[in-house]
Amino acid sequence: MTTIEVRGLTKRYGSDVVVDDLSFSVEPGQVTGFLGPNGAGKSTTMKMIIGLAAPTRGTVTVGGRRYQDLPVPLTEVGALLDASAVHGARTAYDHLLALAVSNGLPRRRVDEVLVRTGLEGVAGKRAGGFSLGMRQRLGIAATLLGDPDVLIFDEPVNGLDPEGIRWIRDFMRSLAAEGRAVLVSSHLMSEMAQTADHLVVIGRGRLIADMGMAELMHANGEGTVLVRTGEPDSFAQHLTTAGATVRDGLEGALVVSGLSGAEIGKLAAYHGVALSELTPQRASLEDAFMALTRESVEYQGAAI
Amino acid sequence: MNTLHAEWIKLRSLRSTWYTVASLFVFGLGITGLSMSGAGTEYWGGTDADRAAWDPTSQSLKTFIVAQLIVGVLGILVVTSEFATGLMQTTLAATPRRNRLLAAKAIVATAVAAVAGQVLMFAAFFIGQALLAGQDVPYARLGDPGVLRAVVGGGLYLSAIALLAVGLGAILRATAGALATLVGIVFLVPALAGLFPDWMQGIFNFWPTLGAAAIFGTVPDENFPHPWLNLGGLWLGVAAVLTAAFVVFRRRDI
Repeated sequence: MTTIEVRGLTKRYGSDVVVDDLSFSVEPGQVTGFLGPNGAGKSTTMKMIIGLAAPTRGTVTVGGRRYQDLPVPLTEVGALLDASAVHGARTAYDHLLALAVSNGLPRRRVDEVLVRTGLEGVAGKRAGGFSLGMRQRLGIAATLLGDPDVLIFDEPVNGLDPEGIRWIRDFMRSLAAEGRAVLVSSHLMSEMAQTADHLVVIGRGRLIADMGMAELMHANGEGTVLVRTGEPDSFAQHLTTAGATVRDGLEGALVVSGLSGAEIGKLAAYHGVALSELTPQRASLEDAFMALTRESVEYQGAAI
Repeated sequence: MNTLHAEWIKLRSLRSTWYTVASLFVFGLGITGLSMSGAGTEYWGGTDADRAAWDPTSQSLKTFIVAQLIVGVLGILVVTSEFATGLMQTTLAATPRRNRLLAAKAIVATAVAAVAGQVLMFAAFFIGQALLAGQDVPYARLGDPGVLRAVVGGGLYLSAIALLAVGLGAILRATAGALATLVGIVFLVPALAGLFPDWMQGIFNFWPTLGAAAIFGTVPDENFPHPWLNLGGLWLGVAAVLTAAFVVFRRRDI
């Protein structure tokens, strides 16, 4: 199976280090979310993966080879970096045909990808008249021409309506389910939560996290437990004595950290306290993301 | 071959390509028609010396001055339209070998310019001569000395300009910049040629619209006894620009 290997990748523009000694892998059969605030170096990294920009240092290979050395690139990697990157005066069909022919792919592939992306009805229309959602589909159709094992999408849901977002999300899940390696960038954690199995988080060009989605939640969402009881004040005392940190929540609830739900339950039983609620809280992915990237956001807004 | 075929599909699938080719003939032949229909008065009103230098072939091919700009636009757009739309990213993802891509673009654009330019030159010649014949002034036939050379050389001249334009497009990446540079080369520099120092006059022997245009003449010109040399020099200059284009196109990030 084909993987993307990024090793020590660095890109400088003058004195600006846009990508800084970045290393990670994109594995087949899963969606790898490539996450970072705006300006973190996601697009530049993707450009280096497909040879549009030359690394200052480091290497990136697809299936063990540099992108420029792939004999028939579209059959190995499909990349959509910018959906507006089409000539508006050319029809969808001709746009795809030229790409297919450039890689020696048969003409029928054009018809097949048009059907798969639901564009068969507008194949003869000029791309300039397409809505953003249709352009995204056209861009995705182009990535599928060579039936590649690796797919790369840069911010694919930006600017789409909810239906388009849902379609792209499902589409990426299905591509990964077919065993392909899918790399998707986004600056929205919530988006990744819906799509990605694995996360690579960068900030200011540096790697911040490279882990499974579940692992990330566990490592960064410092778990809290919501507790409700008839006698909150005295039970808070017991909890604190047992080593927990207790804050007051809404409507007399206690927000407890430092103890698991099971431990709190045992403590309540020991003291004979009746609990009306005991709910482990998952830290939101958004919180986890903010915690990870706080140091590396380009321009931080002041609190209002 | 695949790259070449793909570039041909891209060129032929744009209406602007065919509008450009159509305007090449409309303006090219329109100018020939207009200038040739008044040429009789010029001949009869001139001195004996003027009449001795009368070159009906060159007269009918004068339309190259405008035609070179139109084939230039064609060559420029083949490259810069991809930069303007961002399509270059998609193209290079499909064809990461950049030398191969630029070569395919250069070949396709030059081939179209060569065919269209050659047809234009023959058409301008025949229409021009027919108009001269109707005004009862000396006119040329294709078999006359130097005539076929001028007409065929004219097609090669226009091809060279198209290739130059591809190079300028790849170096400058923007339509406006490349077009302004081309206009500077084919119009402004020739208009100001007298102002430049002596050492530059040698280059002007091969410059578009200047020395290289000697190919259009059939009456021997003592300044340019071997018109093929002048045209060959133009092609060498174009090759130099194109080499620079290949170097920067290979090295730059997209």
